[in-house]
Amino acid sequence: MRRIVRIASLAYALAVYAFIFLPVVVLVLFSLQSTSFPIPPFTGPSLRWYEAVLSDTRLTSALVNSLLVASISSLAAVTLGFLSAWGFARFVLPGSALLRGLITLPLTVSYLIIGMGLLVLFNWAGVPKSLLAAGIGHVVINLPLCFAIIYSQMGDHQINIERAARDLGAPEWKVLLLVTVPVMAPAIFAGFFLSMTFSWDEFVISFLLTRFDTTLPVEIWNLLRSGLNPKTNAVGSLVFAVSIVLVVLFELTLLRRKPV
Amino acid sequence: MSTPLVDIRNVSHRFGQLAVLKNVSLRIEPGSYTILLGPSGSGKTTLLSILGGFVNPSEGKVLIRGEDCTSMPPARRPTTTVFQDYALFPHMSVGANVGFGLRMQGVDSATRAAKAREALALVGLASTFDKKPHQLSGGQRQRVALARALVIEPAVLLLDEPLGALDLKLRRQMQDELKAIQKRVGTAFIHVTHDQEEAMALADHCVVMNDGRIEDEGAPERVYARPATRFSATFMGESTILAGNVSGNGNGHMTITTEIGPISLPGTSSVGTGIALAIRPEHIVLGEGRSDTPLGTAKVSDVVFQGSFKRVLAASNQNPGLQFIAKAPASAVIQPGDTVGVSCNAGDIIQLAG
Repeated sequence: MRRIVRIASLAYALAVYAFIFLPVVVLVLFSLQSTSFPIPPFTGPSLRWYEAVLSDTRLTSALVNSLLVASISSLAAVTLGFLSAWGFARFVLPGSALLRGLITLPLTVSYLIIGMGLLVLFNWAGVPKSLLAAGIGHVVINLPLCFAIIYSQMGDHQINIERAARDLGAPEWKVLLLVTVPVMAPAIFAGFFLSMTFSWDEFVISFLLTRFDTTLPVEIWNLLRSGLNPKTNAVGSLVFAVSIVLVVLFELTLLRRKPV
Repeated sequence: MSTPLVDIRNVSHRFGQLAVLKNVSLRIEPGSYTILLGPSGSGKTTLLSILGGFVNPSEGKVLIRGEDCTSMPPARRPTTTVFQDYALFPHMSVGANVGFGLRMQGVDSATRAAKAREALALVGLASTFDKKPHQLSGGQRQRVALARALVIEPAVLLLDEPLGALDLKLRRQMQDELKAIQKRVGTAFIHVTHDQEEAMALADHCVVMNDGRIEDEGAPERVYARPATRFSATFMGESTILAGNVSGNGNGHMTITTEIGPISLPGTSSVGTGIALAIRPEHIVLGEGRSDTPLGTAKVSDVVFQGSFKRVLAASNQNPGLQFIAKAPASAVIQPGDTVGVSCNAGDIIQLAG
């Protein structure tokens, strides 16, 4: 009886993980296909589709665009998120709880709504569709996230550390740069890498706000319009690999707590 | 009269509706070791924060070396603080922690390192220069915090319950070291604590605080032997308190009617004045003694052996609500349930305003 339960729970666990990971496994597997269709039987392994991706300048320039947008928008989001978290944690502000709620609210709004809102706003303000516009959109979605992560880690025990720095003669900007930022570094890096992950994968906002130069997810979508082929699998696998790296970096920075 | 190093003038402070300091004035002499002693909520930490510049008082002034520092930010004050949780910079080495204040003053790194090593040697931690704070024990971190605050040569060093987080043995050891370091550097130390033993051991000048006011201040010997108020008689060491009224006086003596009978003491208070009498545990004599003032009899309720003495609690037979606190010799044969005579010498009785 016990054995049956154990086998059943094992099977259940396997089914759950298969459900989650099978699509990705299939994607990656058929990216290694050596023939022209990503359907069984598997004919690989072969790297010809990866070569095709890397020799396609549209895809490689979209990849560079994506990396630029992700890193610059994440840097902006984490900087703004850190400063607002610090402000909320260290100063008594009127309506602090309400304002904190408002700053995290975009987390609950769909990207489609945010993208449409920005599209209308940029149209009205005369900002052309561009990578910059998409980057601003990514700051809008990632700032609340960075704020929430950094704010949650900004405890009272750092107040005295900042005080000590001030007491020893540090002007405010040096307190921030030499003490608060290094002490908060794990949360700041975590916010940065998570923003990178989200920005890297983001499609809707980039789709709405870019035109000629665009990001990789939009370029992949363009590619998909002409049907599935192992090249789309290969580029998808590349996107996935970068995401994995970013998530691992995020986990490492947030979960590896320094002994204080 | 010389200018005091620190002159606190009529300082009051409120947190919202709550008055935490009520018209406090205090002068601190150069090179002194001052202890602010009081229970939690007495305002002692707020007073220290006002001195450090972390809190601006609602009213009053703070002068340091004759200069008005009331609203000067901490960075520009000639004070440094040793925080209760030490507040070391966790990402910096011990050497960088100690050198931080000098770095902020623009001192070059070679001089900084030399001075930091010197300060660490002063606190007996010369070998920890390259370690990180988390590699040190609590007592060592405490000393690093001390070195970090002393290295920039402040006029006044502020210590916020610096020994509070240490275990008893280490606390007593650090206590001796603090005193020795203070004597060596000659900086004025102002130290907040709720531990009266710490206060008596360290202070040149002991300030007893309660409910936002200074109850008593002076040399700890004086504060202990002749406390100014009932609060300081019970907070700075223990006392048995007898409440009474002056019922007669003449020839420099007065008779005080108390809950355990009349007591005659030197004094000239007018008849009808309420008065409280405090007696230190070591002055209460149990059993047959050669003391001059009988205090009735009492039933022993508790005996606690403390090593060098026995602490005895005994309820008065004349007034069971009155509890005598006495110190009996370690060799005394005394048990709960015993009935004993209680007495003391009139000269040891401390008269307080009732």
